[in-house]
Amino acid sequence: MAEFKLPKNSRVGQGTTWPAPEGASNVRNFRIYRWNPDDGLNPQVDTFELDMDDCGPMVLDALIKIKNEVDPTLTFRRSCREGICGSCAMNIDGTNTLACTKAWDEVNGDVRVYPLPHMPMVKDLVPDLTHFYAQYASIKPWIRTETATPPDRERLQSKEDRAKLDGLYECILCACCTTSCPSYWWNGDRYLGPAVLLQAYRWIVDSRDETTGERLDDLEDPFKLYRCHTIMNCTKTCPKGLNPAKAIAEIKKLMVERH
Amino acid sequence: MNLRTPVKEARGLGSAKGGTHHWLMQRVSAIALLLLVLWFAFSIAINAGGGYEAARAWIASPITAGAVILLLAAAFYHAQLGLQVVLEDYVGNKAVQLAAVIAVKFLAVILALTGILAVLSIAFGG
Repeated sequence: MAEFKLPKNSRVGQGTTWPAPEGASNVRNFRIYRWNPDDGLNPQVDTFELDMDDCGPMVLDALIKIKNEVDPTLTFRRSCREGICGSCAMNIDGTNTLACTKAWDEVNGDVRVYPLPHMPMVKDLVPDLTHFYAQYASIKPWIRTETATPPDRERLQSKEDRAKLDGLYECILCACCTTSCPSYWWNGDRYLGPAVLLQAYRWIVDSRDETTGERLDDLEDPFKLYRCHTIMNCTKTCPKGLNPAKAIAEIKKLMVERH
Repeated sequence: MNLRTPVKEARGLGSAKGGTHHWLMQRVSAIALLLLVLWFAFSIAINAGGGYEAARAWIASPITAGAVILLLAAAFYHAQLGLQVVLEDYVGNKAVQLAAVIAVKFLAVILALTGILAVLSIAFGG
């Protein structure tokens, strides 16, 4: 359902300002969304004044610096710090991206850090991705065959067929694309969203999978697939430079082909 | 209390195994409209200033009448397909959504028929 105004409990207030340390000359303001499920308060935006002469290059470095040196209660997910795990996906300077590969240098003025948009929240910068993962599970993201595996070797694939997986297998399921999609905001309960549809296409186009028809059957739905209106936010925001909108268009082409 | 598992929620009622026809027809009618609207705009521009009787005579010619009828049919067919998508996108209440979609479809048929009958009555000299 479209929501044009935030619910009363979600309106964001002005938070605490944490001043820069004495003698800091290169100060940047980090304006960070805070929400604690335990204090009963509305979300607020805290301002952290950081000494950038003593900080790594990425937004994640700044967040870790805040957690280590300023406010240990700041809550966010992170793991690999090199753009391969997808844990630190968040909205930085108005765009969904990975905090570990986004340099704060690229941001003009204050660095605004918010959680991924329009998701249920756990705390601060941590959204609840349960439904997103369940949707991923629902497309059966594993190889399905009738033919038994050859006893003496792997299932072979031509180089051309392998090349069809390029631009798909790199997806790390960070949810940047899915949570940037207005169709997912309004109908995320049923619409699968760009990340899951890209992953579905990854298995549809895999030459070794023998259930292409069933996979298309499972997606052929006004809500699961056809809520995509080619808005293209997904492709614009993908921190891995992938093109989920194209993957969805390819699924639609296959639907028409067998129509 | 919701004790269902996340996968149960995500799977929901499963796939409707439909939607492709709707999607395809929206695009096919868009192609038809592209041609018909260009033709219509061009013709109106050429015939501008010709007066009422000239306009009636123009509409009454079989080729024009046929093309205008096609334009009306394609426009309202395309409009109700598009409005259905808009309503499904933005109206969360299922009952309201269904009522609105049905109302749009009825209205599209009524308006298309009215326009087509208007063209026919001119064409048959009514």
